[in-house]
Amino acid sequence: MALTQDEVLAGIKEIVVEVAGVDAGKIEMSKSFSDDLEVDSLSMVEVVVAAEEKFGVKIPDEEVTKMGTVGDAVNFIVGASK
Amino acid sequence: MNNRTRVVVTGLGATTPLGGDVPSTWAALLAGKSGVRLLDEPWTEASTVKFAARVAVEPSEVMERVEMRRLDRSEQFALIAAREAWTDAGSPDVDKERLGVVIASGIGGVTTMLDQYDILRDKGPRSVSPHTVPMLMPNGPAANVGLELQAKAGVHTPVSACASGAEAIGYAMEMIRSGRADVVVTGGVEAAVHPLPIAGFASMKALSTRNDAPEKASRPYDMDRDGFVLGEGGGVIVLESLEYALARGAKIYAEIAGQGLTSDGYHIAAPDPEGAGVTRAVKFALRDSGVDLAEVVHLNAHATSTPVGDVAEANALAAALGEHISHVAVSATKSMTGHLLGGAGAIESIFCVLALRNRIAPPTINIDNLDPAVKFDVVRDAARPLPAGQIAAINDSFGFGGHNVVLIFRSYEG
Repeated sequence: MALTQDEVLAGIKEIVVEVAGVDAGKIEMSKSFSDDLEVDSLSMVEVVVAAEEKFGVKIPDEEVTKMGTVGDAVNFIVGASK
Repeated sequence: MNNRTRVVVTGLGATTPLGGDVPSTWAALLAGKSGVRLLDEPWTEASTVKFAARVAVEPSEVMERVEMRRLDRSEQFALIAAREAWTDAGSPDVDKERLGVVIASGIGGVTTMLDQYDILRDKGPRSVSPHTVPMLMPNGPAANVGLELQAKAGVHTPVSACASGAEAIGYAMEMIRSGRADVVVTGGVEAAVHPLPIAGFASMKALSTRNDAPEKASRPYDMDRDGFVLGEGGGVIVLESLEYALARGAKIYAEIAGQGLTSDGYHIAAPDPEGAGVTRAVKFALRDSGVDLAEVVHLNAHATSTPVGDVAEANALAAALGEHISHVAVSATKSMTGHLLGGAGAIESIFCVLALRNRIAPPTINIDNLDPAVKFDVVRDAARPLPAGQIAAINDSFGFGGHNVVLIFRSYEG
C-alpha cells in the first residue's frame, strides 16, 4: 500500500515529538535531524524503529546513515511503501 | 583533633516514600507516618509479597516526559534529589574541575533491564531501546547527575548492596579530604520495586509478608517483625570543604566528621551474629572523626526489621559504644520509609543531619513489644528532643556481602 508524502511526514512528526520532545511546528522536510531538531544518534535509532513499525517498512542501517533530513526519511519511506 | 580538611553538609535533596522532597519527608518522618502501601500492579496477584514503599510523588509530576523516557527510574530519582540538593546549597559557582559526584545504587537499572528483556523476547532485538545500556548501568544515576552539573573532578559509584548510599557519602568526604574536589554531590538511590527483585528477596525469606497490614509490616525491634519492606527513592546531599563553604557564605547544616568501613568475611547474606565487623566499623568511625563518645546522642540504625539482622546489629552497637549507649537515642526510620537498599544510607544520613540541625530524633513506629534482646534506648512512638551544645549522630549501614559502613555527623555551631 503506497503512502503519500503528507501521510508519512505527519507520522514522522508524531514520532519525533514522542521520542525527542521537539516542537511539532519545527519539523519540516528540509530540517536536519541532528543539527536542527537535536535528535541524537541514540534517538535516531528510536525514530527508525518506530517508523518501521508505524509504516510497515524495513529501513536498512545503511539507509539510516544517509537520512540527514526529515525529507530524506519521508522520501525513503514513501518509496519503500510502494 | 588535627589539621585535616573538615567537610560540611550544605545542601539536601530527596524523593522518598514519605515525600517528594526533604521538607515533606522530614515532616512525615517526625509525625511517624508510614510510606508503605499495598501495590495495585497486576503481578502482585501471584506474588508472595503484595506491598512496598513506593515514592510519594511520581517522577512524572516533576519531570518532563521526554527526559524521563531516557532515564531509568533510579536515574530519575537521582536527578530529582540532586536538583533539590543543588538548589538548596545555593547552586555553588564552583570550578567544574573541582566538582565531583558520587551517587550509588544497590542494583542499578534493574527495571529497565527486565522491561527491555520483555521487549527482546516479544518483539525481537531491533526493538530494544538504544537507551538500554545507559539506563541499566549502576553508575547511570551518578553519570546523569554529573552530566547535568558538568562535574569534572570525578564521577563515582561504589556498589555494596544496602550499604551503597553510605559508602558513596564516605567516598565523597574522602574526595574532599584528599584535595581532589571542593564540592561533591553525593548520595544513593534505588528503584527496584518489580516482581523479580521482590521474588528474589522473598525467596530468601528476607521480606515481610504481612499483606493484611502493610503499614505495620516494617517493625524494627518489635518481637513480631518478619522481614524488611522494599522501598524506593533516594537522597542526595552536597558536601564541601568547610573552607570553601565559609568562603562562599554557604548555609551549613552539619559536619560529616568521619567514617568507618569493614567487611565481615562471614556469609554472603547473613549478618555475623557477633557483629564484630560492625563493632570495628563504629570504633574506626569514632577514631576517624575525632568525635568524643560523649558527644554521640543519636543513632540512626540500619534496623531493617529482619528477625536476625536487628539483633545482630543491636549487639554490635552495644559492644562498640559500651555503657554510653544508654545515652544514645536510637531511631529506626525504616519503620516508616521501608528499606531503600542503595538509597537507605543516603536518606538516613539526611535524617541524621536534620536531627542534629533541628535537635530532634525521629520516632520508630510499629514497636508493640520491644524485643528484649534490644537493650538500648529506642525512640518509640514520638519524636524526641536532642540536647543543646555540640552533639554527634551515627548512621550505620550494612549490605549483602558483609559490607559495613558507619558515618558520623556532628552539629556545626559556626
